[in-house]
Amino acid sequence: MSQLRIEKKTPLFDRIFKPEHIVLENGHTVDRPRSRMPLIIICLLLVVYVSLQATGFNMKTIVERGYQLSVILSKIFHPNFSYFPSVVNPLIETIKMSVVGTVVGCLIGLPLSILASSNINSNKPSLLFIRFLLSIMRSVPTLIYASILTLVFGLGTFAGTIAIVIFTVGIVAKMLYESIETIDMKPYEAMTSFGANTLQAFWTACMPQILPTYIDDCLYCFELNVRASSILGYVGAGGLGVLIRERTGLRAYNDLGMVLLTLFIVVFTIDLINDYVRSKIS
Amino acid sequence: MTVLEQLQAEPKNLWKRVLIFIVLLFIVAWGSSTIEYNGLTAKGTGIAYGIIYGIFHPNKALLFDMSDAGVPYLVLQTIAIAVLGTIFGAILAIPVSFLASTNIVPKPVAYFFRALILMIRTIPSMIWALVWIRVTGPGAFCGVVTQSICSIGMISKMYITAIEDLDTGILESLDAAGCNTFEKIRVGILPQLSAGFISTAIYRFDINLKDATTLGIVGAGGIGSPLVQSITYGRWSNVGAFLLALIILVLIIEYASTRIRSRLARGQ
Repeated sequence: MSQLRIEKKTPLFDRIFKPEHIVLENGHTVDRPRSRMPLIIICLLLVVYVSLQATGFNMKTIVERGYQLSVILSKIFHPNFSYFPSVVNPLIETIKMSVVGTVVGCLIGLPLSILASSNINSNKPSLLFIRFLLSIMRSVPTLIYASILTLVFGLGTFAGTIAIVIFTVGIVAKMLYESIETIDMKPYEAMTSFGANTLQAFWTACMPQILPTYIDDCLYCFELNVRASSILGYVGAGGLGVLIRERTGLRAYNDLGMVLLTLFIVVFTIDLINDYVRSKIS
Repeated sequence: MTVLEQLQAEPKNLWKRVLIFIVLLFIVAWGSSTIEYNGLTAKGTGIAYGIIYGIFHPNKALLFDMSDAGVPYLVLQTIAIAVLGTIFGAILAIPVSFLASTNIVPKPVAYFFRALILMIRTIPSMIWALVWIRVTGPGAFCGVVTQSICSIGMISKMYITAIEDLDTGILESLDAAGCNTFEKIRVGILPQLSAGFISTAIYRFDINLKDATTLGIVGAGGIGSPLVQSITYGRWSNVGAFLLALIILVLIIEYASTRIRSRLARGQ
């Protein structure tokens, strides 16, 4: 019986390519499984070959027309500083969109993550349903949400903010339920044995444990959202993206350079502030 | 100490909580000042209904159409873009990240390459696509080149952490055992890095797959451009078919990548 079980556990690979039999000097025998590297490399090469065919990859084009790249890039790296005043307003719009989107998304994400963690919610169907919902929220890119929502709510920042909220809820709730599932459940059990209901017990016993992670996740989302919301305007959802679309359409790449430079400085500053807050928390 | 005393000994930070609440409220109020709700557009409800209808009634002909415009081919193309973009990005990131690690090269060189990585990361992938389209013309090829460049940013950042955590003590013991430089790299450095590098690449593949859809909007191939076109023209059953394919694809890849990465982390 035990022999059978071990037989079953050998991976398919080792049954096809029998392990190498080595007899040691002292008479013991050792089985060395065959290396999987050749198989992995062959599969990888096959995938790459199919992908090259499917995408029409052509190295010659890059070499021959590569100079075109420098035409635009050199303009982007010589930003038109006089364009700065027109960047300010959309920039503030972008930041506001991501701030509101992040705060609202994180607040909605918290209860959903509690419902999606298997150690708090013992009701299997609702657990799986919430997780499925969260996966769907994450799997559609923000820009697609934004392009649908601009049709529903009209062009402007509202559609963009809703798109950010949906994306934030999906990602925050996932990160959070993964950390909720690793916390120490003893305080929670002690609370419930005293007669506290699930919510009370969670709030007192689990919240202090996950709060640092929660804030960390929210800050991470904020960083992501500032980057994401800067291009949402490309489909008309407000913010810097509107300028990006307009300026690339007009081929005014110096102005585009200014937009990107401002974005770069803002993202960099936000990263610095977030790192500072993180070091304070931990 | 009785339970009551313990309860009273708990730090009183009510004012702190109220302050945090007020600050949050203030931020949201400040932020919402530009976000105005103009109500639904004239066709808004119809569109919302159309989307929901489309998802439950996807265009089946499109879903199983084997030609260039069908869903299977577009999904394959999206995967191909992400695969190539990730592989090229992961390979290009190796020299960059070694040159940006403070324990390999002098600090000024490392900081120069870090600035380069930061620059690549900050420019949105869409802009890269717009820049590359001039070189390659619209199509999946543009998506591949764009993702190869964009991936360098994030992948290098993770590679650098792995490289800076290298245990160099092992190299000394290999020296003592009489290994040459090639052997030292083969058995001393590669095993330490390979798991982390592969795990990073697979994680990036996840991201690239979603990004490939977004890039389609500016004309860089994949499932994105037909999806956005169907949205603007209001062909909801087509939108449903594309969205359904996209969601299933992302879910499968996410599941597989999580499985592989957790196996790599456990060292199998």
